[in-house]
Amino acid sequence: MALEFLKDNFVVTKLDYLASWCRKYSLFPMPFATACCGIELMATGASKHDISRFGAEAFRFSPRQCDLMIVAGRVVMKMVPVMQRIWQQMPEPKWCISMGACASSGGVFDTYAVVQGIDRFIPVDIYVPGCPPRPEQLLQGIIDLQEKIANTGTIFGTEFGKRNVYEGPRPLSKFLSPDQSVQAPANFRSSTRTI
Amino acid sequence: MSFADIKEKLTAKFEKLNLEYSSFRDNDRVIVPPSDLFEILSFLKTTFCFDMLIDLSAADYLHLQGATHRYGVWYALLNVENGERLIVKTHLDDPDPRLPSMYDLWKGADWMEREVYDMYGIEFDGHPDLRRILLPDEFVAFPLRKDYPLRGMGERHNFQSVIRSEA
Amino acid sequence: MPLNLADAIPETSSPEREFLWTLNFGPQHPATHTTLRLILTLDGEVVVHAIPDIGFLHSGFEKLGEHLDFNQYVTIVDRMNYISPVSNEISWHHAVEKLLDIDLTPRCKYIRTIFAELMRIHDHLVCCGAAALDLGAFTAFLYAFNLREKINDISEVASGQRFHPSYTRVGGLLCDVDDVWITKVRAFIKLFYAAYADLMKLLQRNRIFVDRTRGVGVLTKEEAINRSATGPIARASGVTRDLRKDQPYLAYKDFDFKVVCSTEGDCYARFLVRMEEMVQSIKIITQAIENIPSGPINIDVNSKFVVPNQMSVYRSIEGLIQHFELHMTNRQWETPKEEIYAATESPNGELGFYIVSDGSGVAYRARTRPPSFVHFSLFPHLIVGHQISDIPAVLGSINIIAAELDR
Repeated sequence: MALEFLKDNFVVTKLDYLASWCRKYSLFPMPFATACCGIELMATGASKHDISRFGAEAFRFSPRQCDLMIVAGRVVMKMVPVMQRIWQQMPEPKWCISMGACASSGGVFDTYAVVQGIDRFIPVDIYVPGCPPRPEQLLQGIIDLQEKIANTGTIFGTEFGKRNVYEGPRPLSKFLSPDQSVQAPANFRSSTRTI
Repeated sequence: MSFADIKEKLTAKFEKLNLEYSSFRDNDRVIVPPSDLFEILSFLKTTFCFDMLIDLSAADYLHLQGATHRYGVWYALLNVENGERLIVKTHLDDPDPRLPSMYDLWKGADWMEREVYDMYGIEFDGHPDLRRILLPDEFVAFPLRKDYPLRGMGERHNFQSVIRSEA
Repeated sequence: MPLNLADAIPETSSPEREFLWTLNFGPQHPATHTTLRLILTLDGEVVVHAIPDIGFLHSGFEKLGEHLDFNQYVTIVDRMNYISPVSNEISWHHAVEKLLDIDLTPRCKYIRTIFAELMRIHDHLVCCGAAALDLGAFTAFLYAFNLREKINDISEVASGQRFHPSYTRVGGLLCDVDDVWITKVRAFIKLFYAAYADLMKLLQRNRIFVDRTRGVGVLTKEEAINRSATGPIARASGVTRDLRKDQPYLAYKDFDFKVVCSTEGDCYARFLVRMEEMVQSIKIITQAIENIPSGPINIDVNSKFVVPNQMSVYRSIEGLIQHFELHMTNRQWETPKEEIYAATESPNGELGFYIVSDGSGVAYRARTRPPSFVHFSLFPHLIVGHQISDIPAVLGSINIIAAELDR
């Protein structure tokens, strides 16, 4: 009786669903733009394609304010430590879009310097193909990510803790002969070194 | 001032050096020994007013048939007043490839020399800050040498993976 | 070789050293556009010393150039200066065609010229728009990108790819353009002046923009020459060199245009030079689009340099043989065993290629002379003495493209 006035004003839902619903329409992308795809990422944010129609227009350049990292462009070995560090600085819950062929698989750059897919080093949720992808493709990637968030998200983010195994592709089989072993030390820390 | 004039004056000035000249399409080239490179280039700069260093880079002639030297380094010069161009080339060989730095003549040589050092391991004496420029400091190979494979020696896979739950 | 970058900072008056700050700028920072890193030494807000640290996008372009043939490498070159892709292709094939001594057909020359100039407008729009964005003028960025989309549509009509067309081939083009393309270019010319006027109105006399760019990052003529600056940056400092006039390649000698110069040499002058170059480019396009010659786009197939078209591959034995020859890795082009340097005026400056040929269809050494690389080495010189908030202005005005910087 006392709740009569509430009858149209409440819904019954799961908290998980509510949290995911809020999260998926307020993505804060971190534009980790390295190469050509970065320009298409800018074009996606500009007037013709207008990413804000999908609730993801608030680009933040500080990783601590973001929950979606868009890796746009190839990542080379000097950049990998930087990318991992930025990824670790982002607060949970967070997702990653690998934009373009170079970020997803190395693309045309099968050379000594380019990492053959960032999913070997950080977890990736959505891959957007194309070299570079059209802005529409990136928008589709964001819509797919929203769907993924809606389907899998929980309010406490426990789904991330369950993903405690390496999810990337199998390591590349060694095509090098034993005399051509790795010469350089691992991890190239000079690119993130503090001075 | 045409290439013939430059040829004439250079030969007169450095007659004991036996400089080689060649032309291909519109490229005019002088091939000089590395020991006298600095004098020849400063002579070219002061006398013929080649005041801009357009390009400086190198090539590794390891697998090229008929090549007599391992490395070639070229300096593409431009006279800004009349747009005339000249390429000065020099050849080097392997143990300890070393050249004088042109930083004193053209400040633009700074990064170009660092790039050549980074890619080929050719050292430039007198360069103010000869470090690796494109590759990480810890990298040990010289990737544009012909004996370095296109896909590298596994450096690009040499990182830890960050898995989802530990981030 | 100092392992630690701090060791490279000279001992500037060591007793005062403790008052100097060291600030790490980048590699991931909005004002760097892409990936570059600066280690700044600051005295309060004034930059005392700057050490650029580059190579965060070094992906081995030149090594790839030694493994891909002349037509394959065009896709890689495309991704070098990615805000003017076709200019790079034209420059690369300009060098290859000089090596092979190919004289293009008039129609091909005209189409390439139009594309080169469209790309110049594209480059300057993105550069000016992004520079304005960094200085707080978001609207100018939207206007510039709106116009840029039209250029992308034009390349899409011609080649099928909107951003990286890979449009040129040795001795010609991927395919001919049609009437739709010509209509689109004509429509773009009409649209350009209005949009250009909008952009100018937003920026040219904008108090904030002018205050933040005028007198900042001054490059004198002597420094520009001594430090190998080319293109709009050198021309803004009074170096009157433009390869389009000096060594007229393509069809540039048919057109009436001016080389835009300034003597100020600051960020504002570079901005004005870029804006005025767009007007000159649209003048060239206007003249070229109305006078495109008819005829083939590729040179004669009998010269053994161009890939024959599909019809002649299917219908004639000669076409089939030549297609086979050019695509087999052990046959391909026969090149003279020579070396050549050839350059074109790309929007950013002189983009040259030095090809060492070993007689096969794959370059033995494909050296790029990247304008961004040279221009970024100017940066420490330009920024010293200015405040930290001037860094975006200077970076935006010298238009650093990381993929071209690092290759």
